[in-house]
Amino acid sequence: MMVKRAAYDRLIFELSSPGRIAHSLPECDVPTSDPRELLPDKQLRSSPAELPEVSELDVVRHYTRLSQLNYGVDTHFYPLGSCTMKYNPKLNEDTARLAGFARLHPLVPEAAAQGALQLMHELGAMLGEIAGMDAVSLQPAAGAQGELAGVLMIRAYHASRGERRTKVLIPDSAHGTNPASTAIAGYEVVEVKSDADGGVDLLDLERHLADDVAAFMITVPNTLGNFEPRIMEITALCRSKGVQVYMDGANLNAILGITRPGDLGFDVCHFNLHKTFTTPHGGGGPGAGPVGVKAHLEPFLPVPVVTKKGERYTLDWKRRASIGKLQAFWGNFAMLVRAYTYIKTMGADGLRRVSEDAVLNANYVMKRLERDYDLGAPGPCMHECVLSARRQKKLGVNAMDVAKRLLDLGFYAPSTYFPMIVEEALMIEPTETESKETLDAFCDAMIQIAREAETESKIAADAPITTPVRRLDQTKAAREPDLRWRPRD
Amino acid sequence: MRYLPTTDRERQQMLATIGAGGIEDLLVRLPAKARLDRPLAIGPAVAETDLVRELRAMAGKNADADSHVCFLGAGSYDHYVPSPINHLVLRGEFFTAYTPYQPEASQGTLRSIYEYQTMIAELTGMDVANASIYDGASSLAEAVLMSRVATGRAEVVLPGSLHPLYRRAVASYCQGMDLRLRDAAAPDGVVDPDAVRGLVTEATAAVVVQSPNFYGCLEDVAALSEIAHAAGALSIVVAAPVNLGVLEAPGRQGADIAVGEGQGLGVPMSFGGPNLGVFAATQALVRRMPGRLVGATVDLDGQRGFVLTLQAREQHIRRAKATSNICTNVALNALMATIYLAILGKQGLRKVGELSTAKAHYAAERLAAIPGVSLRFGAPFFKEFAVRLPKSPDQVVRKLLREKMLAGVPLGTFDRNLRDCLLVAVTETRTREEIDRFAAALEKAVA
Repeated sequence: MMVKRAAYDRLIFELSSPGRIAHSLPECDVPTSDPRELLPDKQLRSSPAELPEVSELDVVRHYTRLSQLNYGVDTHFYPLGSCTMKYNPKLNEDTARLAGFARLHPLVPEAAAQGALQLMHELGAMLGEIAGMDAVSLQPAAGAQGELAGVLMIRAYHASRGERRTKVLIPDSAHGTNPASTAIAGYEVVEVKSDADGGVDLLDLERHLADDVAAFMITVPNTLGNFEPRIMEITALCRSKGVQVYMDGANLNAILGITRPGDLGFDVCHFNLHKTFTTPHGGGGPGAGPVGVKAHLEPFLPVPVVTKKGERYTLDWKRRASIGKLQAFWGNFAMLVRAYTYIKTMGADGLRRVSEDAVLNANYVMKRLERDYDLGAPGPCMHECVLSARRQKKLGVNAMDVAKRLLDLGFYAPSTYFPMIVEEALMIEPTETESKETLDAFCDAMIQIAREAETESKIAADAPITTPVRRLDQTKAAREPDLRWRPRD
Repeated sequence: MRYLPTTDRERQQMLATIGAGGIEDLLVRLPAKARLDRPLAIGPAVAETDLVRELRAMAGKNADADSHVCFLGAGSYDHYVPSPINHLVLRGEFFTAYTPYQPEASQGTLRSIYEYQTMIAELTGMDVANASIYDGASSLAEAVLMSRVATGRAEVVLPGSLHPLYRRAVASYCQGMDLRLRDAAAPDGVVDPDAVRGLVTEATAAVVVQSPNFYGCLEDVAALSEIAHAAGALSIVVAAPVNLGVLEAPGRQGADIAVGEGQGLGVPMSFGGPNLGVFAATQALVRRMPGRLVGATVDLDGQRGFVLTLQAREQHIRRAKATSNICTNVALNALMATIYLAILGKQGLRKVGELSTAKAHYAAERLAAIPGVSLRFGAPFFKEFAVRLPKSPDQVVRKLLREKMLAGVPLGTFDRNLRDCLLVAVTETRTREEIDRFAAALEKAVA
């Protein structure tokens, strides 16, 4: 049994000592430096902001120690399903930090941003080719914002044709962002049932496809990690009813160079550059969620659109039918530089190999674990597999316990309790950047947990014990919200 | 192949374990007609040395704030970025982790977000701040949507002095909602309180005010909040936290929701993104807030620990009824801001504001002394101001670009009535020598 280390338990405020400084600012070199002489009194801060007063070493040591309380891809296998926690290349960090990119202001004259606009134009074209889409907007800041942009474009398209459609169909296995984004766009969300394998229940879909349906939104491969074999029939059926089809591209890592959303009949899809295209997840972002569309939706793209006129790149604002803007500027550009770097590093053959190895790894894990855990759906799977801990639950070890025990055994946890249609779900996405040795070690750990459930279920129920803290009281956190530090009297 | 560790031999072993003859056996669910029958037309892999050369060349075509003297603002500012920020956010434990779904293995991220929430709440003078939204514009859009739900009312008053790109983002977010946007005129660079009063009715969900506003001018936030509250509406204040070392906190000027762009807090400009959407509110609104919230609690041994909390607001639980669709936010930029605020501290942030406003006022004086050049608005400003030029601002900008100066943002792009105006921003990183050189070059350009 591993022994728990005494964990670091300080907040930056608790290191503060009045008068200590860590910054270096120049002396004022212009005549008037006192804001009281420049600004009206009522505009001036009435009491100082209580920020910490610490030294530079305090800061460096504190945040270094905090970082050590985390698991990340750089330190641990991170099989968080649907999130594609692959290796984030260091080279991407270098290119994103080139001064010509990182220190570039968004409102420099176009002539002075030709390199940045060229990169955006080329990345848009590459993403369009990868997805089989005619046009791409790089503006959405994350997948959910890409979804909102896509659904708003669908809305504008129907409106331009004088059609009033009020509903969007979404499978019950969908990511929560799908219904949430759709609701903001003003649509009523109608849930479509999945069949036992997580596929679309075609009868239920057909029943719902009516004149008032604007779009069908589906994740491919689906959230059980399976490719929907009838997807082209489904998109054709939707099209015959005037229904636009939206592909949630969260699982694009499974199909690079193998098949393309556009060729499958989709009208819109978004990309998660922080999943498929290796931009770092950053502890929760920033990501980037470009959205690709077929030609009939191009007039509705967010403004501005990066275009090329002769040899010049330009931001095109003159697009009357545009849905407008999603964030102030042009997109999460630093993430675009990283994704561009990655795609160029891999090339066409490399990207296809990415998906093949991602599929291979997921199937390998599923095969090695199929005796000890129930499967969410029969294989072969694509880039991720969903297991169920329902067998273990009967022995007193639920999916959450399995996840917590994995933390003790040196692995981050799979996604748990998602998709909601699988009882005690454990969604495992190994990604292509993990080696066979790592997968074997993970599978051995999972098998060990299944054995322990049979013999000593208390081990998993008590886990984790090696992490900086043990299981936390979520109820207390929600009932007595403590959302900011306050000094003790 | 790079980033792919599996060798051909291992691939065969793994296929054998699976019981598949080849990768095609795993792709049986993909119908033949769905398959791409050619390689992707994105070119072959490029070696690191070649790729770096290409990207350096691309980056070299851009007029960045290292090679040029930057007087551009309008929502993105060339503030000082202390060195430790970049070193610390490059720690893989931070930047290769994700949303802290397993709190026991994510205490570093959770603690830093809790610190961030505390600092933003303190700076804005609000009770609570969330873990971040994408940028200032989308934060404002979320605030507007939130005011709709919180009040059950369907109109929001926007000031004419609001950043026009923020206004467009708000309009995009609202187009599917039953929500009307009413615009209050800002004829003299600040919003006219009478115009706001004239638009506020019992249908008003919120009154928005940005200060400093798009033109750099300071608004009478307290008075506008009072107008909102008198009608039972919420006051939404757009304020950039980097200015709040010197400027009054929105919370002490009646704000119910404070949002803004946090890029100035140590986040690189990066051609406009990713930025940092700041979002804070009063305690009364906490359960309507969008985005992640981190709370303190205890573990089984009674030791302090941190978790994502009040998640019943969020899309992964509430789905179509969530307060927002946001999932991925901009956590790493929030970490940059946290480290920035720790380094600048109580004294440093005030000094950043003092230096910026002093230098901006010096620059305004120098520019206004040039024949034919004048300040466009009479209202007090902070670190940014509009000047009227006797020559086309676009032309002037082009001329100064040749002198390696980014002169400012021509306002004609946003408002035809201001087509003779240039918006100039000055931060603490500009020197008197640069400002003097700028004034001299501008004088020559408009002569």
